[in-house]
Amino acid sequence: MIAIADYGMGNLRSVEKAFQYLGQEAFITEDPAAVRGASHLVLPGDAAFGDAMLNLRAAGWDAAIKDHVASGRPFLGICVGLQLMFATSEEMGLHTGLELFSGRCRRFPAKERVPQIGWNQISMQRPCAILHGIDEGSFFYFVHSYYVETDVPEESVAVTDYGISYTSVAARDNAFGVQFHPEKSQKVGLRLLANFAALK
Amino acid sequence: MLAKRIIPCLDVKNGRNVRGVKFSADIDAGDPVELATRYDAEGADELVFYDITASSDGRNIVMDLVQQVSERVFIPLCVGGGIRTYDDVRAILKGGADKVSINSAAVLDPQIITRSAESFGSQCIVAAIDALRRPDDGSGAPSWEIYINGGRKATGIDALEWVDELVRRGAGELVLNSIDADGTRDGYDIELNRAVAERVDVPLVASGGAGTTEHIYQVLTEGKASAALAASIFHFQVYSIPEVKTYLSARGVTVRHYEP
Repeated sequence: MIAIADYGMGNLRSVEKAFQYLGQEAFITEDPAAVRGASHLVLPGDAAFGDAMLNLRAAGWDAAIKDHVASGRPFLGICVGLQLMFATSEEMGLHTGLELFSGRCRRFPAKERVPQIGWNQISMQRPCAILHGIDEGSFFYFVHSYYVETDVPEESVAVTDYGISYTSVAARDNAFGVQFHPEKSQKVGLRLLANFAALK
Repeated sequence: MLAKRIIPCLDVKNGRNVRGVKFSADIDAGDPVELATRYDAEGADELVFYDITASSDGRNIVMDLVQQVSERVFIPLCVGGGIRTYDDVRAILKGGADKVSINSAAVLDPQIITRSAESFGSQCIVAAIDALRRPDDGSGAPSWEIYINGGRKATGIDALEWVDELVRRGAGELVLNSIDADGTRDGYDIELNRAVAERVDVPLVASGGAGTTEHIYQVLTEGKASAALAASIFHFQVYSIPEVKTYLSARGVTVRHYEP
C-alpha cells in the first residue's frame, strides 16, 4: 500500500490516479501515523519551500518521513518533495529542509525563463532502480523555479539542462527524489512510478 | 533541452467541443473526452479546456470532463473560461486541474492573481489576455488593447503594460490571444508575441490564428513563444500533432516526439 502525504500543498489527486491506473493501491492521508502501515511513501508538492516545511513540521510529517526512510521502506519526493529532502533552500529567505540529502535549493539563473515550464530531457549519470527501462534522453514534465545542488555526486543519478546542468533525479538507498512530475509525464512517468511501486 | 510545447485547446459548450471564428459562429467539433484521448495518444504536451459559456453550469460540465480525462490522460490539464473569484480558482485546482487560466477577472480585480499565486504557487496560475491591435498612430511602434468578456468589451488598457502587471502579481505563465488572428487560420500575431516575450521572463503561450505548420514555426522562433496553442487545425484534422512536431523538428525546433 502506497501512502501519499497530504500536508495541504499541491495536486495530490493526480499522483493517486496515476498509481491507481497502474493497478497499485494508493491512498492520500493527512495523518503521519497512518504511514506506519504503508509499504511506500510519496511526498508530492507544488508549494513554496518555507511554507511546505512549516506545514510538514506542524503536522509531524518531518519525523514520520525520517522514520519511514530509516526503516528502509521506499520513499519518493516529487518536485518540491525532492527539494524538501535537501538540507537548505534560499527560496524567500533561508530555510532548513528534511536533510535526507546534503545540498541546497537555488533559484535558476536569470538567463532562462523562470519558472521552467514544459518537457525537458534527463541524462542518466548512474544506474537507478526507478529509472529501469527508461531511455536516456527521455522527456519529463517540469514546473519549477528552484533546482537542487547536491554535495554528494553519487546521489545525483540524472541531470537536466536549463541554463545550467542540475540534478533532476536524486537517490540514496531507498530514498528517491525527482524534480519533474512523473504523474504528468505520460508513458515514461508511469513507468517510473511502476518501478517505484515494485521496490521492496 | 526544454522542448517547445504544442497545446490543443478544447472549447467546451454544453458538453460538446465547439469552435468559433473571431469569437462568434460556433461549429460543433465533437466529443471533448474523445478528442482529449486522441490528443494524448498523438503526444499533445498539455491540454486546455475552455468553458466558452463562462457560466456556473458550464463550469460544472468542464470539471466533469476534466475528471473523466484525468483518469487516463497523464499530461498537464489547464481549465479556463469564466473564472471570477479566488474560490473558483481553488475549486478548479481541487477538482483535478493542474493549472487555471484567468482572463477578464484579473482586469476587474487584479488581486485574484496575487492571492491565487500566493496560495497555490505561480506555477498553476496562468494569466490569459485577449488583445486587439490598435490602429497605427503614426509612431511606427505597434500597440494592442486589452479586451474582456470574450473579446466583446474594450478596456482602454495597453497590453504591454498589462502583462508587466500580471507577472509582477505572480502569474507563472501568459497566454496571448490575438483577437485579430483568432479563428482566421491566417497565422499568429508574431509582433505581439515577440513584444511580450522580450518584456517578461515567464513562459509565453501563443494563441489565435494557427492555420499551417509554418505559422506555428514562426511564432515559436520569430515570435519567441515557448508554446503554441491551437484549436481548429487539430479538431478538424487539418494537421495531426505528430505532423506538426515532425515539421518543427525538421526545421531545427526541439519538440518531444511521443509513441503511445
